[in-house]
Amino acid sequence: MSPSEGVDIAFPAHHYLNEGTTVRSWLLTRDHKRIGVMFLVAVILALLLGGTFALLLRFEHLTPGPTYVSAVTYNRLFTLHGVIMVWFFLIPAIPSVFGNFFIPIMIGAKDVAFPRLNLASLYIYMFGAALTTWAMIHGGADTGWTFYTPYSTTTTTTVAPMLLGIFILGFSTIVTGINFIVTIHTMRGPGLSWMRLPLFVWAIYGTSIIQVLATPVLGLVMLLVGVEHLFGFGLFDPARGGDPILFQHLFWFYSHPAVYIMILPAMGVISETVAAAARKNVFGYRAVAYSSLGIAFVGFFTWGHHMFVAGQGTFDAGAFGVLSMFVGIFTAIKVFTWVGTLYRGAIRFTTPFAYICGFLFFLVFGGMTGIAVATVSLDVHWHDTYFVVAHFHFIMVGAAMMGFLAALHYWFPKMFGRTYHEGWGLVSATLIILGFNATFIPQFLLGNMGMPRRYYDYPARFQSLHVASTAGSTLLFFGFMIIFIYLALALKYGRAAGRNPWGSRGFEWETPSPPPLHNFEKLPVFTHGPHEYQGTAEVPHAA
Amino acid sequence: MNELLRNVLFLPEQASTFARKVDSLHYFVIITTMIASTVVGLTALAFFVRFRRRSETQVTPLLNPPWWLEAMFVLVPLGFFLAWFARGYSDFVELKTPPKDSMDVYVQAKQWMWKFSYPDGPNAIGVLRVPANRPVRLMMTSRDVIHSFFVPSFRVKQDVVPGRYTETWFEAIEPGRYQILCAEYCGTNHSLMRGEVIVLRPEEFDSWLADQRRGRALQQDGAPTTDEDVASVADLVRQGEKIAVQQGCLKCHSVDGSPHIGPTWLDLYLRREQLEGGGTVVADEGYLTESMMDPRAKIVRGFNPVMPTFKGKLAGPEVAAIVEYVKSLRSVPVEQARSRRPVYEPIRRR
Repeated sequence: MSPSEGVDIAFPAHHYLNEGTTVRSWLLTRDHKRIGVMFLVAVILALLLGGTFALLLRFEHLTPGPTYVSAVTYNRLFTLHGVIMVWFFLIPAIPSVFGNFFIPIMIGAKDVAFPRLNLASLYIYMFGAALTTWAMIHGGADTGWTFYTPYSTTTTTTVAPMLLGIFILGFSTIVTGINFIVTIHTMRGPGLSWMRLPLFVWAIYGTSIIQVLATPVLGLVMLLVGVEHLFGFGLFDPARGGDPILFQHLFWFYSHPAVYIMILPAMGVISETVAAAARKNVFGYRAVAYSSLGIAFVGFFTWGHHMFVAGQGTFDAGAFGVLSMFVGIFTAIKVFTWVGTLYRGAIRFTTPFAYICGFLFFLVFGGMTGIAVATVSLDVHWHDTYFVVAHFHFIMVGAAMMGFLAALHYWFPKMFGRTYHEGWGLVSATLIILGFNATFIPQFLLGNMGMPRRYYDYPARFQSLHVASTAGSTLLFFGFMIIFIYLALALKYGRAAGRNPWGSRGFEWETPSPPPLHNFEKLPVFTHGPHEYQGTAEVPHAA
Repeated sequence: MNELLRNVLFLPEQASTFARKVDSLHYFVIITTMIASTVVGLTALAFFVRFRRRSETQVTPLLNPPWWLEAMFVLVPLGFFLAWFARGYSDFVELKTPPKDSMDVYVQAKQWMWKFSYPDGPNAIGVLRVPANRPVRLMMTSRDVIHSFFVPSFRVKQDVVPGRYTETWFEAIEPGRYQILCAEYCGTNHSLMRGEVIVLRPEEFDSWLADQRRGRALQQDGAPTTDEDVASVADLVRQGEKIAVQQGCLKCHSVDGSPHIGPTWLDLYLRREQLEGGGTVVADEGYLTESMMDPRAKIVRGFNPVMPTFKGKLAGPEVAAIVEYVKSLRSVPVEQARSRRPVYEPIRRR
């Protein structure tokens, strides 16, 4: 994969992975890199579990009526798929793994501002995950990941422990967010002004603000539904003076910004990788940096577009509709900027670049359909159909997952000091991108036909598109399996990657791969921006 | 053009005035987004090829966009987005504003059925009869959790919320039958909460409504008058069947062995049923009667305790008639029974 192939690159003698190899040295570590690696293992396990549920759901839909599970089991499966993918994979996937690992290195710090709190966030995540798993084994909830009242407060399934698991998990998100904000404000190295920050840091900064401001609202609403379910408070029950629509307002006040918690870090990854792949400065650094903040801000005022037909006022629908159009603009700016970055660049087509292409495709089509569903009258037909399902899978699974995989393939050599098999990388990238399209394009058409979501049993006229979608999902499955196999092999047998296999100007590539315990042999002084390639044909370095 | 795009996009038939309006905006949005996405995609592809890396020491220029280009990045898409919004919102306001002369129908949703009531006329479960070319306003509420009234062919959807009335309206343009789906997840049988809109020609509708009113008046007098009614009294089985239809029993219980909300009645008599919470019961006359009066006493395993009590709603002879009807439902060869399973087949045109 690297142009220095053939040259024998020495693997560093001391690095963070071999400074203490006992289990205890991992479990009690305060090293942000090790915490990042442990989060990586955790989110991959969550991805496997959530992905298994997704496959089970897809195969159930091969026939219109019962195929091999009952209606109740089906309803539990889609709830668990949503809960695990949203809270245990997508939200922590990039910030807690790559944010943890790279933010201190990118800003020239030895660690995050609060290393103990950072370790605590891992254990809070584990505890929340354990509780949710326990609830899952004891039946699981059948409410959908959205927990709409009054269904969620009256169903007999184990809703309360699951809500508590998510409530606890929320603290992990908040703690990580606070840690990053403080770290970025106070620990930047000499010469690293705000306008020299890597764009990944800007994206994580925007994400952290959303995490800190929005997650408490989620915690509140989960707690309220939990006590309502257990003790019958009646806050959301019209029979006792409550209002079920209030729940939806509170829930989406968090859950719409949560979409940006998932996609903003992926956008940051793309800004980094596209500059490295094209070996060119990002076309409009300020536009990308400020649009991250713009998304973080405007994203808070669009939640009502999830409720156009829920019974909110006509005026509200208009206000939320027009604000949703504005949030789309920030994404548009970024897309134009990334494409502009390629102009007159020197592009090398590698596995991360394949994922950049996938990301652009999914973000453009997912974003465009997003604007379409935000168009109020069109949403009336599409709301709660497979069109919406396909739209948010394009963004959350398509684009955000592409960001995650781009990050994994771009930074894998830095994190573990070894290279993976480039050929298999491209094969699995192709499989995954084709698989995503084959899975979700039929779902757009299903939505147009009027197929509602969360349907166990569906009218027979929808069957052929369901079969097509299921076929696509198996491609996706094989794509992921190949990734896990060649990355696991690379960990043991991969060639030493060297300090900077991509020839990137990003600051994280100035330290050895894998980095030493304290990140740098000597603390760096920042004399150039992270995406400046002019005049310096940075050639891949040996260690 | 309309038909072509409708088929390419897999949209259902346009059976209401609103559907045509929404679809024209849909086409406009899809065409502009597809053109824009393709232009962006092809530009990127051209750059991949034109600007591929030629040597490892290649130097690239420092480029930043001029202010006018950045302004265009913002203003061009924003112009389109706001145009869609303006058009979409004005249609939405129309959907939220029923015409003054619309006919009202009250809709009550519950797990897992739709009930339609006409202000001065009949009730119906699962079937909404409306006249073509006349605006119909639906005043909707739910008895339990949130449901959503969705008719894909009308492009109309509105959540039905407990504790409040929500409304929507439509004007059907073509007599025919159109499926109603529940679009808001509402529990185990959410996907079976379906119904049907039957659009009649206005004069057909008027005569149907008049018949219903007359029938209702007769029913209230309690005097069966037609020969058929008199004759049926002699036949308990047929009377039971009639009562079961009137009371809505068959909305949840099938009579052909197919799975539904409640246990099927086919071969039910003297069947040994596994109970929720352990134990078994033989479905004899006693159990059948108890299940009508106190439905939650013994729930058959795998079913939800959703049946309402019929205590006070059914007189003694009526219960007996239903029991006789259940007893009469013995299985014919299984294939035959299966072929009688009701399958939704929309009728396109009259």
